[in-house]
Amino acid sequence: MSPEDLNALWLTAKLATYTTLILLVLGLPLAWWLARTRGWWKGPVSAFVALPLVLPPTVIGFYLLVLMGPQGPVGQLTQALGLGRLPFTFAGLVVASVLHSMPFVVQPLVQAFEAMGHRPMEVAATLRAGPWDRFFTVALPLVRPGLLTATVLGFAHTVGEFGVVLMIGGNIPGATQVLSIALYGHVEAGELARAHALAGGMVGFGFGVMLLLYGLNHRRGQALRGLAGGTP
Amino acid sequence: MSRGDVMAARRAAARAALKVMGAALASACALGSSAAWAGDVQVAVAANFAGAFQKIAADFMAATGHKVVSSSGATGKFYVQIQQGAPFDVLLAADDETPAKLVAEGLAVKGSAYTYAVGKLVLWSARPDGVGQDGEAIKKGQFTHLAVANPKLAPYGAAAMEALKALGLLAAVQPKIVQGDNIAQTFQFVATGNAELGFVALAQVAAPDKPAGGAYWLVPEKLYTPIRQDAVLLNKGADNPAAKALLSYLRSDAAVAVIKSHGYGL
Repeated sequence: MSPEDLNALWLTAKLATYTTLILLVLGLPLAWWLARTRGWWKGPVSAFVALPLVLPPTVIGFYLLVLMGPQGPVGQLTQALGLGRLPFTFAGLVVASVLHSMPFVVQPLVQAFEAMGHRPMEVAATLRAGPWDRFFTVALPLVRPGLLTATVLGFAHTVGEFGVVLMIGGNIPGATQVLSIALYGHVEAGELARAHALAGGMVGFGFGVMLLLYGLNHRRGQALRGLAGGTP
Repeated sequence: MSRGDVMAARRAAARAALKVMGAALASACALGSSAAWAGDVQVAVAANFAGAFQKIAADFMAATGHKVVSSSGATGKFYVQIQQGAPFDVLLAADDETPAKLVAEGLAVKGSAYTYAVGKLVLWSARPDGVGQDGEAIKKGQFTHLAVANPKLAPYGAAAMEALKALGLLAAVQPKIVQGDNIAQTFQFVATGNAELGFVALAQVAAPDKPAGGAYWLVPEKLYTPIRQDAVLLNKGADNPAAKALLSYLRSDAAVAVIKSHGYGL
């Protein structure tokens, strides 16, 4: 691989790692709330989180470009805060990826929390465990397969992102030229050998990730059913 | 209805839906393979020429009754797509190299390539005070981002890099360059204000029907190799009368007038 392509690989890994970490921090409380609440907000919030699944990435890219631009509300806010503007920056890509990959992290977590049910938390409460204690020592270990799925899908989906980055990235080596964009450039420029190297690598990565996920979740899934007493 | 009936009804509905989809797919395939119905021409248009071509295509369709289907994008992308068998009859490129290469590779009709327009490069800002006298904004470096079309793919991008080199500014502005995938995306980066300055085609900012606003500096033509834009008849269109008619219409006085009014030389 050329230094440029290695650069793109490193950048992609960095983007996916940041995005996944941020999504886990934001996604855990959000998913917990979505799994517990009976309020009317649940529907609209769930729908909003799921939007990136049904929208073309170009819709997200277009709105972000306009919102984060100099006339957009987000752009004016970031400028007023002295952060500059987000399009064409790595930080901009992280923001976009967090939005775009959100359902892939939040939904598995919601499902896992729902499958866990209320029982384990109630039992822990009768044993005088505080709310934080219950969450970290009871709930989190119980939803480990869901957490794993969320982490892997969030990471992999960010690696596979293209349309949003194409629209707000500006193809800058070292800042926004991620693997999928570098690959697109190679194809357009007719550098098919370099395109093959990247594309083949990504197929291998994707297959490996999914294989790992299915393999691990198969085992852990059975463990979960055993622990949680036959919940689906 | 019992539960069983409901399930049976659902299955029947699903089968019917599949049949409809299958039929639609089959007819779509038949349409695609029947080498364009009489009078259809599929054109790949360089992004910078899309605006002018819209007008020309409308006039051509009104005058001849042929139907034009056009796609616009980066010339480099079309080159790869045509190599892989893309269904275009005519290519209106943003350079003269791509048509020449296609002819040399036996993918386009020999002797059909000719220059339909000579593009002009401008430095453009969406703000009326954004460019300054003789493009001094770029010399003073008063900007965060400079949008340039990917020079590997888009001839206007390559011309912009040449002009920057000739002005002795390339090293200074390099860290501020953001690349558009083609000249249309480059334009849109500047139009949304995300890049304060950008190198685009005169045709994009000075179209007679919809001038883009802001301000532009016409980059002196001695600073870059002339952007000769060639049209070429592709192999797929070799026996398509509509494709040939379009190419000869492109040379007509009416079409040439439109091309010139959009800011191209000839």
